[in-house]
Amino acid sequence: MTQPIPPGTRDVLPDEMRELRRLQGALAEVFVSRGYGEVATPTIEYHEVLARGDERGAPAAYRFFDERGELLAMRSDMTIPIARLVSSRFADAEQPLRFFYLGNAYRAVRPQRGQMREFMQVGVELVGAEAPHGTAEVIEVLVAALDAAGLSRAVVGLGDADLYRQLLAEIGVEGDAKTLILSRLAAHDLVGLEAEIGALDEIGGVEREILLQLPNMRGGAEILERARGLGGTAVERATSRLQATYDALGARGVADRIQLDLGLLRDLGYYTGAILEVYDPALGHVLGGGGRYDELMGRFGAPLPAAGFGLYLQRMHIAQAEEERLGRLTADRPQEENG
Amino acid sequence: MKFAGIEGARLAGGGGPLRLAVPRGALFAGTLDVLDAAGIDTSGPRGDSRALIFETPELTLVTMRPSDVPTYVEAGSADVRITGKDVLMEQRDRAVYELLDLGFGACRMVLAGRRGDESLGESERRLGTMRIATKYPRTAERYFEATGRQAEVIEVKGSVELAPLVGLADGIVDLVDTGQTLADNDLEVREEIAGSTARLVGNRIAHKLRAEEMDALSERLREATS
Repeated sequence: MTQPIPPGTRDVLPDEMRELRRLQGALAEVFVSRGYGEVATPTIEYHEVLARGDERGAPAAYRFFDERGELLAMRSDMTIPIARLVSSRFADAEQPLRFFYLGNAYRAVRPQRGQMREFMQVGVELVGAEAPHGTAEVIEVLVAALDAAGLSRAVVGLGDADLYRQLLAEIGVEGDAKTLILSRLAAHDLVGLEAEIGALDEIGGVEREILLQLPNMRGGAEILERARGLGGTAVERATSRLQATYDALGARGVADRIQLDLGLLRDLGYYTGAILEVYDPALGHVLGGGGRYDELMGRFGAPLPAAGFGLYLQRMHIAQAEEERLGRLTADRPQEENG
Repeated sequence: MKFAGIEGARLAGGGGPLRLAVPRGALFAGTLDVLDAAGIDTSGPRGDSRALIFETPELTLVTMRPSDVPTYVEAGSADVRITGKDVLMEQRDRAVYELLDLGFGACRMVLAGRRGDESLGESERRLGTMRIATKYPRTAERYFEATGRQAEVIEVKGSVELAPLVGLADGIVDLVDTGQTLADNDLEVREEIAGSTARLVGNRIAHKLRAEEMDALSERLREATS
């Protein structure tokens, strides 16, 4: 008799598990070879501690009381628990600290979208290394991980979390208008964005053009040049930050895997400076993301610069299967398939 | 197909022309006209063929039911689509890029009640809530929440005008074009909720990985509609 499991959860059977383990193994090997040590943290933590990491109230979907009446939450990502771990156990350790993880996280699902309540994330955190070199190291590890998974067509989008916010402040857009514009941008609603910007009557034509054009600027190093041409100190600051990261990536030989993207905005509240998204042409969803979170550690009492990324393991597996179907998978396949 | 049903549907390839999802519904004719104006061959979908996919040199046109369009585009099974703002409002948690207002297919989302009938206000005053029938439950719920009123939203699939006539609801939230259907059923617009026009919408990954083609298409359609 069939007994149900909650929507957004799943059983993993041997064929899939074998492939997932192989993928995990390939990724772990990349991380270990670059000096990252594996850590694990509890699936459940005190809600109050997780909420400290994301001031918008930590999007922990599953919360409950334990036998003593303490409010617990299931973690919704791995970065906040690791920030907590570092501040508690490594505050005085020599830096930088390099950790990787592989574990389940939990988020609320919208019905009938095939979304997962429980999903496996794998990623790294580099704590105590500043931009741009810390960021560049993390991206280099990310590219190596994608290659190890055979996803050599995957692209890393690189943007700046502060750019648009600072730009609005600089132009003098405040209050409701600012909130509205940022929410349109976060929702990828370029039509709404254009309408809100059009409704601002206190700004000049040049500023309007900058606000309209930036979110669509994505491509190679040439877009930094184009953005600089628009002028303004927020743009200047963000583009020189991105340029420095891009140059550091060039020195590491991975700049060709980067798409600079001035419209990028991540939905987690702790990012500062560089933000990342990972795309593969075989998959219509992002494979993962990350960036810098130089203020997060401070919220746990250990102010240290930090950066990292997380990848959705099951999505990587789907992308592998699709790339394989298209004949584009580049990793060595297991013996039995190579013949 | 053992991965079907797992989160994250697949994009079949990423090669070839961009795939544009075209809704076979109220916006169908307008969409084909805009594509014509942009110099894209629409003789395929205009013909009698029952085929669902039509190849042109610039675009692959994929025709589908309007309410399925967001699903295909969010999953990347189509790169871009043309769809009404009403569908976007109802499904606004979709992770897609809304790229361009195409201007045609203008309609209004309204709250309507029976002409001369006060049951909307009466229910609100005496019962503390209004019963509202709609095909757009999330749009309706958000509207009443935003205007600080309580409403019991009833989702119906067919002709929503029927609901207030037979006492299922005090009023309706629906998309109105000329208003003729409302008038024919003795209903009248009480409040305007939002305007809606056709929009060009892009998949999030395609917007990044096929940036030049997406921008070029967007620009071409912008010129064709301005």
